[in-house]
Amino acid sequence: MEYFLELSSSGLVRGSIYALIALGYTMVYGIIQLINFAHGEIYMIGAFVALIVSGVLTIYGFSGVSILILAALIAAIYAAAYGYTLEKIAYRPLRNAPRLSPLISAIGMSLFLQNYVLLAQTPDFLRFPALIPDFEFMEPIAHIMGSAELVILVTSAISMVGLTVLIKYTRIGKAMRATQQDMVMARLVGVNVDNVISVTFIIGSVLAAIGGVLVGSYIGQINFYIGFMAGVKAFTAAVLGGIGNVPGAVLGALVLGLTEAYAAGYISSAYEDVFAFGVLVLILILRPSGLLGKAVKQKV
Amino acid sequence: MVDNIKRSLLVALWFVFLTFPLMVVKVNTLKSIVEWRWMNMLWVAIGAFALSLVWRWAMARRQLKSKKAEQGEDESVKAGFATRLMEDPKLYKPALIVIALATIVFPLVVDIYQTNIMVLALIFVVLGLGLNVTVGLAGLLDLGYVAFFAVGAYTYGVLNSFYGLGFWTCLPIGGLMGALFGIALGFPILRLRGDYLAIVTLGFGSIAKIVIENWEEVFNGAKGIAGIPRPGFFGAEMNITSATTYTYYLMILMVVFAIFITNRLKDSRIGRAWMALREDEIACVAMGVDMAKTKLGAYAFGAFWAGLAGVIFAARNTYINPNSFTFMESALVLSIVVMGGMGSIIGVIIAALVLILMPEYLRAFSEYRMLMFGAVMVLMMIFRPEGLIANVRRKYTGRKVTTEDANA
Amino acid sequence: MRKTVLKKLILVALLSMVVPATGFAADTIKVGVAGPHTGDLAPYGIPTKEAAEMVAAQVNAAGGVLGMQVEVMPMDDQCKPEIATNAATKLVSQGVDVVIGHVCSGATKAALGIYKEANIIAVSPSATNPPLTQSGDYPNFYRTIAPDDDQGKLAAEFATNKLGAKKIAILHDKGDYGKGFADFSKHFVEAGGKAEVVLFEGVTPGAMDYSAVIQKVRREGADAVIFGGYHPEASKLIGQMNKKRMKIPFIGPDGVKGDGFLEIAGKDAEGVYATGPMDVSSLPVNQKAKADYIEKYGKEPGTFFDQGYAAMQVILKAIEASGGTEYAGLEKALKGNFVDTAVGRIKFDAKGDAEGVGFSVFQVQDGKFVELK
Repeated sequence: MEYFLELSSSGLVRGSIYALIALGYTMVYGIIQLINFAHGEIYMIGAFVALIVSGVLTIYGFSGVSILILAALIAAIYAAAYGYTLEKIAYRPLRNAPRLSPLISAIGMSLFLQNYVLLAQTPDFLRFPALIPDFEFMEPIAHIMGSAELVILVTSAISMVGLTVLIKYTRIGKAMRATQQDMVMARLVGVNVDNVISVTFIIGSVLAAIGGVLVGSYIGQINFYIGFMAGVKAFTAAVLGGIGNVPGAVLGALVLGLTEAYAAGYISSAYEDVFAFGVLVLILILRPSGLLGKAVKQKV
Repeated sequence: MVDNIKRSLLVALWFVFLTFPLMVVKVNTLKSIVEWRWMNMLWVAIGAFALSLVWRWAMARRQLKSKKAEQGEDESVKAGFATRLMEDPKLYKPALIVIALATIVFPLVVDIYQTNIMVLALIFVVLGLGLNVTVGLAGLLDLGYVAFFAVGAYTYGVLNSFYGLGFWTCLPIGGLMGALFGIALGFPILRLRGDYLAIVTLGFGSIAKIVIENWEEVFNGAKGIAGIPRPGFFGAEMNITSATTYTYYLMILMVVFAIFITNRLKDSRIGRAWMALREDEIACVAMGVDMAKTKLGAYAFGAFWAGLAGVIFAARNTYINPNSFTFMESALVLSIVVMGGMGSIIGVIIAALVLILMPEYLRAFSEYRMLMFGAVMVLMMIFRPEGLIANVRRKYTGRKVTTEDANA
Repeated sequence: MRKTVLKKLILVALLSMVVPATGFAADTIKVGVAGPHTGDLAPYGIPTKEAAEMVAAQVNAAGGVLGMQVEVMPMDDQCKPEIATNAATKLVSQGVDVVIGHVCSGATKAALGIYKEANIIAVSPSATNPPLTQSGDYPNFYRTIAPDDDQGKLAAEFATNKLGAKKIAILHDKGDYGKGFADFSKHFVEAGGKAEVVLFEGVTPGAMDYSAVIQKVRREGADAVIFGGYHPEASKLIGQMNKKRMKIPFIGPDGVKGDGFLEIAGKDAEGVYATGPMDVSSLPVNQKAKADYIEKYGKEPGTFFDQGYAAMQVILKAIEASGGTEYAGLEKALKGNFVDTAVGRIKFDAKGDAEGVGFSVFQVQDGKFVELK
C-alpha cells in the first residue's frame, strides 16, 4: 500500500508538470488549431532564465524565498515575451496557410530555439539551485512526498484555478472563448482576434515557465534539450484529454503521469514511454477525440 | 523611411531585451562569477535592426504578391519558370537529359565523400517520396514515419546477422515488412483525424525505438548491429570507393523506380481515391470509396518505401543502432515533404537534396548549422508556404468556344 | 563533335568544383577530430575538440611537428552512425592524416571501416566498448581510455567486497556505454557469488524524474546501487534518492566521475562512489592542461577532456617519432614508445588498448573525488 502511495505521489507530481505545459498546447490549439511544437522550448527558456536570475541574485547576496519569487517572476516575464515574439514571427504570417505549414514552422522554431540556447549559454547540463526550501513538517512523509513535490502540486493547482477563473470570468477570457468558438464571428462582434491570440500565447508561456522553474528546482539540473521530451509528453497529455479542452489537458496530464509512474513501478521503467503512448492509443481507439474532447460533427 | 527606421529601432530594442539574459549574462555558480558579455548585445541590436528592415520589406512584397494572386493577375498570365519547365516539352526534355547525364557522371567526377552523402540524400529522397504518398496525397499526417525506416534497416540487420541472408534477399523482405507494419499500425488509428493522428504516430515512432533499444536478444539493443555487408554485385569483391559508387547507382535506380511508381499511382484509381480522401473524407466515403482499404493502402504504400530505404541505409552504413531512428528523422522527412510542396514529386526530390546536403555543406559553420536549419524551415514556410515546387494537378481544359466557331 | 566539346566543358566545370575539396597534403599535418559537436550529446564531444585544438596551438607555437604545422579539422557526427560515415568519408577525402575520435562507440564502429580502408589510424578518447579492440576487427583503432569490462568488474568487486552489499540494484541509461557497464557489473556480481542482483533496469534519459524507479529500488530492499550511464542521469538519480530519504551507497562508472557530476549534483554528490581512470590530477602534464584550459575558457574542462588531450599528445608524439604519418611507422611508434600524457605515461598494447591507464574507485569527499586506496 505504501508503495502504491509512493508511486501515486510520483505520478501526480509528474502529471501536474505535464499539465502546466499541456495547458499551453491545448489553449493555443483551441484557438488557432496549431500544434505549437516550440512550446517545450519556452518551458526550457523559462527554466534557463530562472537559473540565470537566481545565479546573479545569489552572487549579489539575495537569499532564500526572495530569490525564488524574483526568479520565477522574471522567468515568467521572459517566457511570455518569447511566446509573444514566437507567435508574431513564426505563426502569424501563416494564419491562412495550408494546415501543415505552421507545424513545420513550429518544428523549425523549436530547433532554432534549442540551438540558440546551446550557443548563447552552454551545451552542458547546469546545476539548478534548490530554490524550494525543505519544510520541517513534511519530514515524516518525505519518503513519499517531499517539500518540493508539495510545492509543485500546490502551485500547479493554484495556476490551474487561476486560469479557470481567468477564462470564465474576465473580459479577455470571454474573448478567448468567443474566438475559440468562431474566429470570424468573434471578429465581427468586435473582438480583437490578434490580441486574443497573443494573450493566449502569453498565458501558455507563463504556465510553461512556472513548470520550468518548478522542475528545475525539483530535479536540480537543466540543459537546452529538456524542452523536447517535456513538450512531447505534454502534447500527448493534451491530446489524451481532448485537445482544445482546458480541463481535459489537466486530466490527460494526470492520467499520463500516473500511468508512467505505475508502469515504471510495477512493470519496467525501461518501457515507461511505451506504456505512456500505449495508453494514448488505447484511449483514442475507444474515444477518438480524447477523454473530454467533444466529438466534432463533420459537415460535408 | 524615417518611420521604417524608427520601427526597426524599436524591434532591435525589443530583441536586445529578449536576448539579454541568455546572450549577455553567463553565470558561473560554482565560482560565483557573473560574466557580462556586452558585445553580444551590440551584435543582437545591429542584427535585429538590419533583419527587421529586410523582414518588413519581404513581408510587404509577400502581401503584394498575394493581393495580385487574389485578383487573378499572377498565375494565368505568366506562369512561373518552374511550372513552365514542367509543362513545356521543349524545355523539360533537354533539362531531363542534362539531369540524367549529370547523375550518371556525378560519382565519376567527384570524390567518395560527395558520393557518400549523395547516397544518404537519395535515401531521403525515397523516404520523402514514400511519405509524400501518406501525407501529401492521402493527407494522413505521420510523425512517426521513421519507425518503418527502422523496420527496414533492422530487417536486413537481423536477418543478416542471424541467418546470413544477403542484401538482395532482404531488400524485398524489408519493403514488405515495412508495408506489413504500416497496415498493422494503421489499423487501430483508422478513425482518428488530423492532429490526433499526429501524436499517435509520433508515439508509434518512439515505441519502435524503445523496443529496439530494450529487446536485446533480437536487435542487440543500444550496442547496435555492426558489420552489415554492403550491397553485393554477383559476389564481386569491391573496395569502399567502388562499393559506394555502386550503391549510388543502385539508389538512382531506386529513385527512378519510386518516381515512376508514385507518378503512375497518382493518376490511378487508388491515387484519385487518396486525394479525394485528403480533400474531404466524408464526401469521399459517400461517393463509395472504401475508407479503410484506401487509408491502409496509403500507410502500407508509404511504409513500403521506407522499408526499402531502410535496407539500403543499413547496407550503406554497415552499422545501425537506435540513434538513427529518432523523432528528428521523422520531422526531417516530413519537412522534406512539406517544403517540397505537398504531393509534388520534383519538389520532394529537391527538398530532400537541399535538406540533407545543406547540413553537410554547412559543416564549415558546424556550430551554427542546426540554428540555420531551423531558421530556414521557418522562413521557407512564411515566404513559400506552398513549397519549393507547388503540386500541379492535372487539368483537362476544353477548347474555348469562340463566336467564330459558333457561327461557322 | 559539338556534343563532345560540351561534355568536356561540363566535366571541366564539375572538376573545378571538386578540386578544392580534395586539397593537397604535405605542408600541414591534418588531424581530424570527430565527435558530437552539436545535438544533445555535444557535451561529450566538445571537450575533446577543445583539447585537440589547445594541444595543436601549443605545438604550432613551438614550431610544429617535424617542421610542419598541425591543422585540426573538427568534424561533427552527432553520435549518429550515418553522419559518422559522412564525417569519416569527408575527412578521408580531405586527406586527413590521423583521426582523434569518434566519441560514441556506435559512431566509432560505423566510421572505423572507412578509416581502415584508407589506412588511417583513429585514436578515440572515449569509445569504451570492449569489442572495438578485443574483436580484432579494427587494427587501426586505439583508445586512451580503458574498456568497460575492467570497470564493471571493479565496481562489482568493490560493492560486494568493500561495501559488503548483499542485495544490489543495477540501473542503466539504456545507452551503449551505460548498458554495457551495467551488464558487466551484473555479470561480475553474479560470478562473485557474494551478493545477488535484485533489480536490473533501464531508465529513460531525459525523463522528467526518476522517483518511481527509486521507490522500486527501495521496495526491493537493495543495499547498494550500481548505475551505468553519464553524470546528468546519475546526479538526477542521486538527488532524488536524497529527496526520498534513501541512503544507500551509489556507485557509478567513469561517465559519472568528473567535475560535471560534482557541479550538477552539488552537495548531493557527497559520499557517492565512482570508478574512473586512475587519479592523474597530480601529474604535471595534466595540471598544466587543466590550468591552460581554465585560463582560456574560464571554466573547468568537460568530460573526456583528459583523454582527448592525451590522444592528441600520443598521436603527435608518434608522428614525431616515426618521422611522418605513414601507417606502419605510426603503428610501431604507438605500440612501442611510452609517452607522458594527460592521462599518465602510456603506450598501446597489440590490440590498441592503452597500457598504463586503469581504473580505481573514487569517493566524493568534501566536494572532491578522492581515490580510495
